[in-house]
Amino acid sequence: MLLRLLSVFIISLVCVFSLPVDANAIDTYEFKDEVTKTRFNALTKELRCPKCQNQNLADSNSPIAADLRREVYDLLKQGKADIEIVDFMVARYGEFVLYRPRVSSLTYILWFGPAFLLLGGVVVVVYVLRKKPKEKTTDILTDEQKSQLDNILKDK
Amino acid sequence: MGKLIRFLPLVLVVALGVVLYRGLSLNPMELPSAMIGKAFPEFSLYGVYDAKTLKTQKDLKSGIKLVNVWGTWCPSCRVEHDFLMQLSKSDRFTIYGLNYDDERGLAQNWLTTLGNPYEFSLFDEEGKLSVNLGVYAAPETFVIDHNNIIRKRFAGPLNPNVWQQEFEPLLAQIEQEQKAGN
Repeated sequence: MLLRLLSVFIISLVCVFSLPVDANAIDTYEFKDEVTKTRFNALTKELRCPKCQNQNLADSNSPIAADLRREVYDLLKQGKADIEIVDFMVARYGEFVLYRPRVSSLTYILWFGPAFLLLGGVVVVVYVLRKKPKEKTTDILTDEQKSQLDNILKDK
Repeated sequence: MGKLIRFLPLVLVVALGVVLYRGLSLNPMELPSAMIGKAFPEFSLYGVYDAKTLKTQKDLKSGIKLVNVWGTWCPSCRVEHDFLMQLSKSDRFTIYGLNYDDERGLAQNWLTTLGNPYEFSLFDEEGKLSVNLGVYAAPETFVIDHNNIIRKRFAGPLNPNVWQQEFEPLLAQIEQEQKAGN
């Protein structure tokens, strides 16, 4: 009985500790409305931390990410539009801070490359399918080959 | 033609391999600064020592300036400190410090015990100027020319080698421009 109670206790303990954890860095920002809050969250997810390159601003704990989050917050408070905030970051940290790079002559291959490749693939497939099948040469076995084949099949 | 086209996939794969192989030897941490060619941003910050008077861009001397971003939390800053002390003896440029995300007491202590290579050091606790400069880590060193234009950003600790290769040519170039009166 005691053992059972103990195991129930342990299992429930494990359950409690394995609840999903919100891993975002904790700041105590207060927003004037829900829209601003959503915009803040969206922006910090879209912008990349320059120091820890595979994290966005929202996830990173590095001091620079904290400073940039505060910067985003301040800019939102000043009533800046999303595009202005993104421009602000790009002006200082370069295109690098965008997880979704802008369409420019440098990123054409990135944006249109896959569609281009797909198109190429379709062209090749169509070409191959439409190619006239060659005249079927009927392969006829010689007598010798026939008896050989019979022998092989017999062995089985 | 029909035969040759069979080699096309091989050629493509080899070409892709070459491109990707080259990518392996690139350092993704080396980011070009977006601030090159732009004017040094305006600021208004207290100094590490002087917590009473705000300093602005008007407090920077004319001529060539180095702005060195540092913090006591940054081990590489300790590494480059001795070299900065050496550089501070030069009269070709003025070195300013930008103390980033630090505590005033620690920063003062650092300068007192290790020596102060800076004309003055700005205390950028909230990273306001650092963000405007596009700083992402310390140490970073910016070269500002006589027209207050950012000419270079170097990320990482300074040493004689780096100085010789990356900074000397640029300094010489700026000095030339200065003489020519641009």
